[in-house]
Parts: sequence; C-alpha cells; structure tokens
Amino acid sequence: MSDTPAAAHPDIDQATRDELRRQGILLTSMEELYNWGRSHSVWPLQFGLACCAIEMIAASMAKFDIARFGSEVFRPSPRQADLLIVSGTVTKKMTPQVVRLWNQMPEPKYCIAMGACAISGGPFKQGYNVLKGIDRFIPVDIYIPGCPPRPEALLNGLLALQEKIRAQKLSGPDAPRHLRADDPCEYPVPEFGEHDLLPTKNPVLWQAPIIVRKE
Amino acid sequence: MNELTPPSFNPPSGAQVRAVHDAFHGDLLEVSMGPHHPSTHGVFRMMVTLDGETIVKLKPVFGYLHRNHEKLGENTTYLSSMPYTDRLDYLNSMTNNWAYALAVEKLAGQSVPERAEYLRVILAELTRLLNHTCLAGFLLQDCGASGTPLMYAFREREKILDLFEALSGSRMMCNYQRFGGCRVDPSPEWLTAAQSLTDGYGRFLDEYESLITQNEILMARTQGVGVLSPALAVSAGVTGPMLRATGVNYDLRKVDAYGFYPRFPFRVPLGDHGDTYDRYMIRILEMRESITILQQAFRTLPSGPIIDPKAKLRGFRPKPGEAYGRIEGPKGEIGFYLISDGSPNPYRYRVRPPSLVNLTILEDLCLGQTLADAVIILGSIDIVLGEVDR
Repeated sequence: MSDTPAAAHPDIDQATRDELRRQGILLTSMEELYNWGRSHSVWPLQFGLACCAIEMIAASMAKFDIARFGSEVFRPSPRQADLLIVSGTVTKKMTPQVVRLWNQMPEPKYCIAMGACAISGGPFKQGYNVLKGIDRFIPVDIYIPGCPPRPEALLNGLLALQEKIRAQKLSGPDAPRHLRADDPCEYPVPEFGEHDLLPTKNPVLWQAPIIVRKE
Repeated sequence: MNELTPPSFNPPSGAQVRAVHDAFHGDLLEVSMGPHHPSTHGVFRMMVTLDGETIVKLKPVFGYLHRNHEKLGENTTYLSSMPYTDRLDYLNSMTNNWAYALAVEKLAGQSVPERAEYLRVILAELTRLLNHTCLAGFLLQDCGASGTPLMYAFREREKILDLFEALSGSRMMCNYQRFGGCRVDPSPEWLTAAQSLTDGYGRFLDEYESLITQNEILMARTQGVGVLSPALAVSAGVTGPMLRATGVNYDLRKVDAYGFYPRFPFRVPLGDHGDTYDRYMIRILEMRESITILQQAFRTLPSGPIIDPKAKLRGFRPKPGEAYGRIEGPKGEIGFYLISDGSPNPYRYRVRPPSLVNLTILEDLCLGQTLADAVIILGSIDIVLGEVDR
C-alpha cells in the first residue's frame, strides 16, 4: 500500500521500516497518521453550478462510485464540508455567494475548480457576466480541465487532492494556511456592483500574468 | 428519587405563561431558498413567503447562471454557435442541436438527406429517454428517496451516454448536428448497440415502475399537489409534458410534423388532473412511446449520405431574412429565432427555452401548498438552469 502512513523520523530508512512492518510494527508520526486519515474522508459540498454538476453527480453514482475514495458524503451545508467543487460557470451574480460559501466552510478546506468555466471562464469567457476563473477570489488547490470533465477526471482530481493532503505539514513554514497566523482564513466577499464585481479580483490571490514578449 | 420522572416546569409565582404560537400568530416568514440549495436543481432562488408552512407568495429570482448565450451567438459565426447550444440544456444537447440546425436550415433553405433525418429522430428520442429517466430519478430524490431511484436512473443514463460518446466523441456536449445533416455516420455496431439498448429499455421501465409508480408515499406526496389548469397552461405558453399532463393535446411532433415523425405512428399520452403525479406519469408513458418510435426507426433506417453534399459549413453566409425553427424537446418547445443580415454572424439570435416558460407558472402551482411540496413541484416542472438563464 503506497498510501499507508510512513515514518517521519530521518534515522529510520525505508528498508528498516518495511522490515518492522513485516513484524507487525507500524512506525509513523502523528502528522502523517492524521493526514492519512483525513485524506480518505474528504466530504464535498453538494453544490452544483452548471453542466459540470451533472458529471459530478454522475461521479457519485454507481458506475463511477466516488465512494471508493471516501468522498460519497455530499453535504448540503458548508459547515460540514471539507471540499468545495466549483462545478460550472461562475457568473458575476453568483460570485459573492460562492465566496461566502467558501468562507462558511471550516478549515482545513480545499477547493477543486472543475471544468474550463471554473478555471478561466471557458467557452463563455467573452461574456459580460462571466467570471474569468474562480481563483480570482478563492484559493484553488486542484484544476480539472474539460468541458465538462469526465467523471474519471474528477476522480483523478480527487486522488491528486488526497496526495496533496497527505503531503501537508502541521507545523513549520510549510504549514497550511489555517495553521499560520499571518494568513487570512476568510476572504473578502466581492459585491455585485452596477457594472462589475467590486473589487474585480482579490489581489492577494490573483494577479494578471505578466507576458514577456521576445524582442 | 426516580430518575425517569421528567423535570417539571414550575413558573415563578406571578409570571405570566403564554403559549409560544400566540406570539407569532399571523406573522409571515420570508425564506430565501437558493441559489445554493440542493433541491433547486442548480442556482435557482425562490423568495418564499410562508404562513406557518403554507406558501402565500413565491418570487423566483433568476440570473445566477446567465452566461450571455444570445450575445455570444450574435458575435460568432453560425457554426460556432452549435457547441454553445449543447450547453443550453446540458442534459439534452442533441435536441438543442437539432432545433438550432432546423432554424438555420430554414434560414438558408437547405435540405437534409433521408438518413440524417432518421438519425436525428433516433438521437432525439434517445435524448428524450435520457431526460425523462433523469427527471424521474431527481423527482424521487426531491421526495426524499435519496439514492436508489437516482442511481437506477443514472445507470440507464450512462448506457445512453456511452452511445453518444461512441458516436460523437463526447458524453454530454455532443455537437453532432450540422446544417444540412449530421457530422458522422454511425457504424453498424453502434446501430446494433443502440437497438439492443432500445429493446431492453422497456424492461428497465417495467422494473422502475414496479418500484415507484404504485408507491404509496409517492402517490400521497404528488397526487393533487401543484394542480395546473389547462386554461392557465395554454395562456402561459407552457409546452411539453407539462402541458400534456393537463390534458391538452399539443405535441409539436404531430402539430408541426417536422423531420420524419409523420412516418412513425405513435400515440401522445395525455394527463387528466394536471397534478405532479400526472406530470410524472406522462414522462413514463412518453418514454414507452419513444421506444416504439426508436424501434420503427431502426427497422427502416435507409442508407445514403448523412449530409447534404451542397451544404456549406465554412464561410457560411445565409441571405438576409429571418427564421424560427422549433422542435418538441424533452422539456417542451425549444426554438431558435434567427435574423440574418447577410454577414457570417446572425444579426439577432434568440432562444425560446421551454424551461423558462414552463417555470413562469411556478407561483400559481405553489400557492397554498407547503414548502416541502414546492420542492417536488419544482422538480416536476423539470428545469435546467443553463436554459432558464441562458
């Protein structure tokens, strides 16, 4: 099993650990045991926006069976959810609600941008009412391209998220944001203004890419 | 002391004790359901005013999924709008494609080969099976039967989606129809697979109906709930299974006789009461008629070209004029209205979405019902927000 908790102590190498495991002794650290446990029960928020939501439902049904990866418990309330799957086009009218839902979720929490629309606006990017990527307002952990992504792609994104959770540290400079004092746990909710969102992006999270042109 | 005795409440002497309901009697409660609510089928919001549990006012709030479909359609070429129509009603991309192709074919005066017309009928009826199956699953989910009915529905949906994927390369966003025909010709293996799916679908419906249709809880929750009168349905422009559940015999497949539907004898099921149970039953009966249409179409599918050889896809510029193409989609009349000024883009591009028009009578159906009934009434209207907000 590749995802069993591994020992963190630097003095014990992999061969010793394997030998100990054969003898029935499992060496691990609190950190990895904790991450291993919670990576296998990521509860998503039951929150559909557009077309991708249908594929999200399909992933939770019998054929693709997201329950194999411990994420079949779709919670209707953000207070009980660990994972926000932004499944579909985020319009400017909907953005404040999505950010508010994100703020209502308890830490540690993760976000998957599912589909081209959630990543960048997708085919509707030219639309006047379409947000060009949810990562302008909330931090995104995993991006799943596709229009819509297949359910297998969502499962792959979930597995990638589990890898990411298992690699998280509980202390030190690499600790996740909810364990650091300097990082905000809540993100400012934009206002649906007269012409555009106010502000149009969260500058802490997103800056327009600087394109370097070759002379 | 006996620990099982419940503690008694002794008000302090002189205190006035008043029943709780007196304080709230006559007050109305305003509840905002949505845009994030599991039962609103997407990002739909209902401002509901409640007297106790009874709805006295319901105001729908739209626009949370307004993706500028029509504006984008005016700024892209005719062919580039075809993939966007997939994303209108994202459960039924094939029928959206057909309605749009029909409008453009009317505008440009194109003809469609015989085999392509047959394929369109086949794919539209498969889409109808898919949509109605999902609706039955979602409706039961809204009634509180979480899990099994929707799982059964999605099991069948996956079989149809596998066919769509084998044919068009995409599960949901098929982008299959073209002006003057279809994009790819199905292989004989595909036709065999589709035929065997059709032949087995009746057995699935029998199984589903034996579990659901006579179910006492479903009947208690849906019979007499959300009654729609034929007069209101007609005056509000309601179409599709919603309208036929009230007993009005109006099916565009018979009225317009578009495509090759006149070649296939089939019946149009009609409801008696116009309540939620009728709306559920209409869909089940329509699926059975779809199966007969499909079986006839597979039997008589001709060979030949699938697209008009004179059809021009690139550099397509129809003559100035206007056209309205409509078909009987699974949710009702889906139509596209196009005005051409001779340029590569339409001057005006308008969608007539069945979901939006059917949703306009939501308040009339919900008044006097309880809040829990509003959820299943909304489920039986069968909306897709991509089409409502566009």
